[in-house]
Amino acid sequence: MSETQSQLVADVEKLAHTQVNDCYQCGKCTAGCPRGDVMDIGPTRLIRLVQTGEVLEAARAESVWQCVSCLTCSTRCPKSVNISGVIDALRQISVEKRISAKRFNKTVLFQKEFLRNIRRNGRTNELELVVAWKLLGLASDLNPLAALRDAQLGPKMFFRHKLHFMPGSPVKDKAVVRRIFDRCMAERKSETEE
Amino acid sequence: MGTTEFGYYPGCALHGSSNDYEQSVRACLDRLDVRLTELEDWICCGATAAHSINQKLATALPARNLAIAEKAGCGSLLAPCPMCSMELLKAKQAITSDPAVRDEMSEIVELPVIGSTDVVNLIQVFQAIGLDAIKSKVTDSLDRFRPACYYGCLLTRPPKTLRFDDCEHPSSMETFLAELGAEPVDWNFKTECCGAGMTLCDPDTVTDLAHKIIANARKHGANVIVTACPMCQMNLDMRQADVEKKFEETFDMPILYLSDLVGLALGISEEELGINRHYVKLQI
Repeated sequence: MSETQSQLVADVEKLAHTQVNDCYQCGKCTAGCPRGDVMDIGPTRLIRLVQTGEVLEAARAESVWQCVSCLTCSTRCPKSVNISGVIDALRQISVEKRISAKRFNKTVLFQKEFLRNIRRNGRTNELELVVAWKLLGLASDLNPLAALRDAQLGPKMFFRHKLHFMPGSPVKDKAVVRRIFDRCMAERKSETEE
Repeated sequence: MGTTEFGYYPGCALHGSSNDYEQSVRACLDRLDVRLTELEDWICCGATAAHSINQKLATALPARNLAIAEKAGCGSLLAPCPMCSMELLKAKQAITSDPAVRDEMSEIVELPVIGSTDVVNLIQVFQAIGLDAIKSKVTDSLDRFRPACYYGCLLTRPPKTLRFDDCEHPSSMETFLAELGAEPVDWNFKTECCGAGMTLCDPDTVTDLAHKIIANARKHGANVIVTACPMCQMNLDMRQADVEKKFEETFDMPILYLSDLVGLALGISEEELGINRHYVKLQI
């Protein structure tokens, strides 16, 4: 394993607070995974890739974004490997290095836009989030049909008073939220700046 | 029974697209003389997005809320959304188990935080009130309901952080509802995932998972699914029309919050609980 590879493995273990070499590849995580049947690289094999230093290959996997964060894998692991934590670490690395699976581009866009939304408002403004995400999606794939998917939910939610043009009680101290974001993101940015 | 007090962290969902859950919780707890004090200027817990993109932020956002709760002298904080309560408890665990994390978080969130506040889910609030106290206020039997109690992921997972019920075979909701006259069914998908926060960005995953859950509940004789999670409720209720279309099956399975059923037993109307704002009509 090269030095770069060892550093990446150490980074994953630090972010996930776990030791990947504890895994003995029993496969229980993949067996219980609700998305295991559709994943390109299931949780057991993702852990194996990390064990062998192939963190970047693991971070490029579609499965990293197919994961629904249900925590079944980590809960059932007989060796207490924090598998869902490793997947989170791989997501973070895939975003920072801009290598996340193309097919799940919109899932990545959604998570990024969600964070931008909280950074701005302190709490999620759902309508603003959905509109921004749909526009970003349209700009990325120029597919108006995809952008219109779920449009029928808008009126359904509106008439049930579940969608609001103005969010209820806004956060007063929004500046502190931005400072929290900047402090948390700063350290990682300097590590990964190209 | 005297008044019981809890701090209250609604989280974004209960002030947005799941505001029927807040309506239901408030109506129900009000009838049980529980006073909720909302945290001053709370912020989002970060949800899936934070732990997908920056691990430190995923601790800091809930840590800020824990710090606000501590400053307000809040001993016990109700977070009815299991994702919020799990994120809050995960941050609390990180802060209490490592002084370095505690100090770093206090600095990042600009308030001292030691992790002294208890974070509880809705079931734990009902348990704290006590079955006898609740039964003394019951006016209507729930005997027409055969609920499939659906815990989803984050009411019991990760078990070492949450320390609540059995993570593979939870039964706290069944115990409660059976005492109120309902006949909970035994079924297989109590702790399976509904797709949670993927409802918009990956609706196909959500409809596949929701189909398995609703079909299994029906197969085991349930006439209602009961949940204590805004995302579970939304995925099974709002997405049920998509599930029916995709799998060419009709379910008409009402999806109620736990506080809806308890509220009905306490004689609160469907309108007061917000059940009339659900997508699938309750016709039992």
